[in-house]
Amino acid sequence: MSAVLDHHGEHSHGHDHHDHGHPHGWRRWVFATNHKDIGTMYLLFSFAMLMVGGVLALGIRAELFKPGLQFVNPELFNQFTTMHGLIMVFGAIMPAFVGFANWMIPLQIGAADMAFARMNNLSFWLLIPAAIMLAGSFFMPGGAPAAGWTLYAPLTLQMGPSMDAAIFAVHIMGASSIMGSINIIVTVLNMRAPGMTLMKMPLFAWTWLITAYLLIAVMPVLAGAITMTLTDRHFGTSFFNPAGGGDPVMYQHIFWFFGHPEVYIMILPAFGIVSAIIPTFARKRLFGYTSMVYATASIAILSFIVWAHHMFTTGMPVTGQLFFMYATMLIAVPTGVKIFNWIATMWRGSMTFETPMLWAVGFIFVFTIGGFTGLILAMAPIDIQLQDTYYVVAHFHYVLVAGSLFALFAGIYYWGPKWTGVMYSETRGKIHFWGSLIFFNLTFFPMHFLGLAGMPRRYADYPMQFADFNEIASIGAFGFGLMQVYFFLFVVVPMMRGQGEKAPQKPWEAAEGLEWEVPSPAPWHTFETPPKLDASATRVIG
Amino acid sequence: MNTKNTLRLGLARAAAGLMLLATAPWALAVNSLPGGPAVNQLDLHPPVTKIAEQQQWLHNVMLIICVLIFIGVFGVMFYSILKHRKSLGAKPAHFHESVAVEIAWTVVPFIIVIAMGAMATKAVVAQKDTSNADLTIKATGYQWKWGYDYLKGEGEGIKFLSTLDVAHREMSDAGKPAGDDYLLKVDNPLVVPVNRKIRIVTTADDVIHAWMVPAFGVKQDAIPGFVRDTWFRAEKTGDFYGQCAELCGKEHAYMPIHVKVLSQTDYAAWVDVQKKKMAAAADDPTKVWKLEDLIARGEKVYAANCAVCHRPDGKGAGPIKPLDGSAIVLDADKGKQLAVVLGGAANGAMPSWKQLSDTELAAVVTYTKNHWSNNTGQLVQPAEVVAARK
Repeated sequence: MSAVLDHHGEHSHGHDHHDHGHPHGWRRWVFATNHKDIGTMYLLFSFAMLMVGGVLALGIRAELFKPGLQFVNPELFNQFTTMHGLIMVFGAIMPAFVGFANWMIPLQIGAADMAFARMNNLSFWLLIPAAIMLAGSFFMPGGAPAAGWTLYAPLTLQMGPSMDAAIFAVHIMGASSIMGSINIIVTVLNMRAPGMTLMKMPLFAWTWLITAYLLIAVMPVLAGAITMTLTDRHFGTSFFNPAGGGDPVMYQHIFWFFGHPEVYIMILPAFGIVSAIIPTFARKRLFGYTSMVYATASIAILSFIVWAHHMFTTGMPVTGQLFFMYATMLIAVPTGVKIFNWIATMWRGSMTFETPMLWAVGFIFVFTIGGFTGLILAMAPIDIQLQDTYYVVAHFHYVLVAGSLFALFAGIYYWGPKWTGVMYSETRGKIHFWGSLIFFNLTFFPMHFLGLAGMPRRYADYPMQFADFNEIASIGAFGFGLMQVYFFLFVVVPMMRGQGEKAPQKPWEAAEGLEWEVPSPAPWHTFETPPKLDASATRVIG
Repeated sequence: MNTKNTLRLGLARAAAGLMLLATAPWALAVNSLPGGPAVNQLDLHPPVTKIAEQQQWLHNVMLIICVLIFIGVFGVMFYSILKHRKSLGAKPAHFHESVAVEIAWTVVPFIIVIAMGAMATKAVVAQKDTSNADLTIKATGYQWKWGYDYLKGEGEGIKFLSTLDVAHREMSDAGKPAGDDYLLKVDNPLVVPVNRKIRIVTTADDVIHAWMVPAFGVKQDAIPGFVRDTWFRAEKTGDFYGQCAELCGKEHAYMPIHVKVLSQTDYAAWVDVQKKKMAAAADDPTKVWKLEDLIARGEKVYAANCAVCHRPDGKGAGPIKPLDGSAIVLDADKGKQLAVVLGGAANGAMPSWKQLSDTELAAVVTYTKNHWSNNTGQLVQPAEVVAARK
C-alpha cells in the first residue's frame, strides 16, 4: 500500500495486513491521523497556495512590466502585494516545511507516528478555513487587505472588513503552527528509537526541533499584535492608533519581534534538508555535525535580538541603531559556519549531481547572495538608502525563494521516491532546476539595481528610468511561474500516479538514515515497534 | 579603486547586454533625470551630501569585501564541483571535524563583521546628529501629498503643500507615461539654501509615510502622532528627487518629493517672494474693514515698511517728506495718495509699494490719514486699492 495514493492494483500484499482499520476514500484524508497522509496533505496544500500566491505575484509583475497603469488600479495592486506576502509566508512556505516534518521526522528518528496524531489532523484541517478566508477576502466589500503583509498600523485601521478576516485567518494559522510545533517537539524529544541520542539525530530533525521552539515563542507575539489591531479597529482601544494616543511604532516592534524569528523559521528546516543532501551526493560525512547543531541554535537565539534592523528609518536613537546593526551582523558568523561546513563536506568528496544535489548546490550559491545583501542591509547607514526599496525585495526573495523554496524542491526530489515509490525523471528534474535558477535570477537580480537607484517597493507605477529592469524582472517572473507549473504537471503528477521507474529502498548510493531502512514507497505504518539501531543510529539491525 | 571601477564596468556591460536582449521592441524614450533616477541606474545616486558620500563609500567597500569572499568561497566550491566528481574517479576522503578549522572559520568572520560595523559606526552617529541646524523644516505626510512648514531659520513661517502634478497622475491612469520627470513633478518643490544644515522634522497626519531623497542619503519615516527628525547639507545647487518610501495607501506611488537647492542669494530672494505672496494670500481684498481694525493693521505695515524713512513720528527727515500734516495725505481725494504709494514719487526716492497686498496698502494709507495730527476720518478699503491699481 502506497502511503501517497491508492494507485493501481499492482501494489504489494506484503504489508496489507498492517492496514486493519485503515480508512478508505475521503475518510482516509478527513479523519487522517497517519503522519504520512497528513504530510502529503500539507505538501499538496502548500503547493496549491504557492500557485495562488504565484498568480498574485504575476499580477504584480504584469502591472509593473511597463510604467503606467495597464491592468489593475493602485488599490488592487496593494491588495496583490499584501496577499502575495501573507499567502506565501503563512500558506506556502511554512506549511510545506510542516509537511516535510510530518513525513520525515518519524521516519528519521524511528518513531511510529507523530506524538499527537489527532492534534496533527486538527492542525492541518485548520489551515483550510484560514486559507479560504484569506483568499476569499478578495471578494469581500472593499477587497482584500492592502496594508502590506506586515500589516502596519495605522494603515490597517483604514482597511475594510477583509482586514478582520485576514486577522482571523492568521490567528487560525498561528494556532495550527503552534499545535504542529508542540507535536514536533514532543515527538523528537520522546519518541526517538532507542540509541538515537540527540547528537546522533539527523540535522533535519534538529533544525525542526529548534524551529518549533521559535514558533512557540513568537506566534503568540504575532497573535498579540494582530489582536490589538483588531481591538483598535472595533473596540475603541488605542494601542497603535495615534489619534487616541497610541504608538504605531510599537506595532512595528511587536510585529518584528515575531517577524525576524519568523524568517529563520522559514530557513532553518531548509538548512536541515540541505545538510542531508550534500553528504549523500558527496559520498562523504557531513564535515562538522556538532558545529552545525550549535550554529543552528546560535542563529535561533540571535534571531530574537535583531528585530529592529527592519526599523532603522523609524528614527531610532543612535545607540539603538548601533546595537541592532552589530547584533544583526553577528548572524553572519553562524550562517557562515553552515556554508563553510557544506563546502568542506563537498571538498574531496566523490560527487554526482542528481537533481536533489543540483537544488542543494543552487541553494548554497544563491542563498549566499541573499546572505551578503543581508549583511549590506544590516549596515545602518546603507540601510537608510535601501530600506523599503527594491533592494530589500531582492534580498528577501533571494533568501526565501532561492533559500527556502529551493531547499523544499531539493527535499522533494530527494525524498519523493521514498514517498511515492517511483523515481522522478532526471531530465525533467534538471529542466526544472536550470529553468528555475535562470528565471529566478532574471527576476530578482535586476531588483538590486532598482533598489540602489531608489525605486520604492509596493509601487504600482514608477518613473520611466526604471522601466527596463522592471521589464526584465517581469519576463523572469513569468518564466519562473511556468517552471513551477511544469514541475507539478511533469514531475509531481507522474510520481503521485506511480508513473516512472520503481524506486529502490535506497535510491541514493551513499544516503544514510533510518528513512532508507524502510521500503519505497514507505508503508503506511513504519517502526510500529521501536527498531534496534547500530552505533551510528543510521541503520536498523533488528 | 580599480577593482571597483572594473567591477562596475563589468556589471554595467552585463546589464546592458541583458537590456538589449529584452527591451528592443518596447524601448521607451526617456533620459536620465539629473538629481533623480538615471536610465538603468546601477548604483546609488551620485552623492550631494557628506552623509550620502559616506553611504556610497561604505556600500562600495562592503560590495568589494562581499564579492571577494564570494569569489573565494565559491571558487573553492566550484573547484570541488569540477574536480571531486565520481565521474572523474574521485574517491571520497574520510576527514571530518577539525577544531582548529572550525574555530578559524568562526573567529575570522567574527572579526570581519565587527570591522565592518566599526567602519559604519561613525556614519551612524553623524547621520543622527541633527543639532545646530541653520534651517528647520517640518515635513508632514498626508494621504497623498507632503506639507512643508519652515519652522526656524531664514524663511520662517513659510508653509505650503507639495502635490504631484495632476497631469502625471492622469498619464499613469491612462497607461501613457511620458517625460523624464514622470511621477516626480510637483506643484511646489521644497526650496532650501545650499551649504546650510537643514533639519527636516517629520510627522504625518493619517498613516505612516517616509520622506526620502536618495541624493542626500536621507530617509525618515513620517509617523502620525510622533515627531522624528533627520538632516542634510546639500553641497550642490539643483533639483533633487525622491518618493514616499512607506506604504501609505492606494496613492503611495504618487506623492513624490522634489527639493530645489538654491544659492544663498537666490534662496533669500525666494523667501522674500514667498513672504509677500503669503501676505497677499492671507487677506481677502474684497473684505470691508472697520476703521479701527484697519488703523491697527496699518500701524504694523507702517512700522515694517515706511517708518525707516518717514520716521515713526511721521515727520520725515531731510529730503524725505513728512506725512504728518501732508497735503496729499489730508486730501479728500484718496486717489492722490494711492497713486504715490503704488507708483512712487520723486523719481523713485519714494519707491513703488505695489508688491504689498491690497489690504496692507489700504491699511497703511488709512493709518496715515488718521494718525499723528492727521484726523481725516477717511477710510480706504482694499477694494479701492484694487481699483487704483488698474
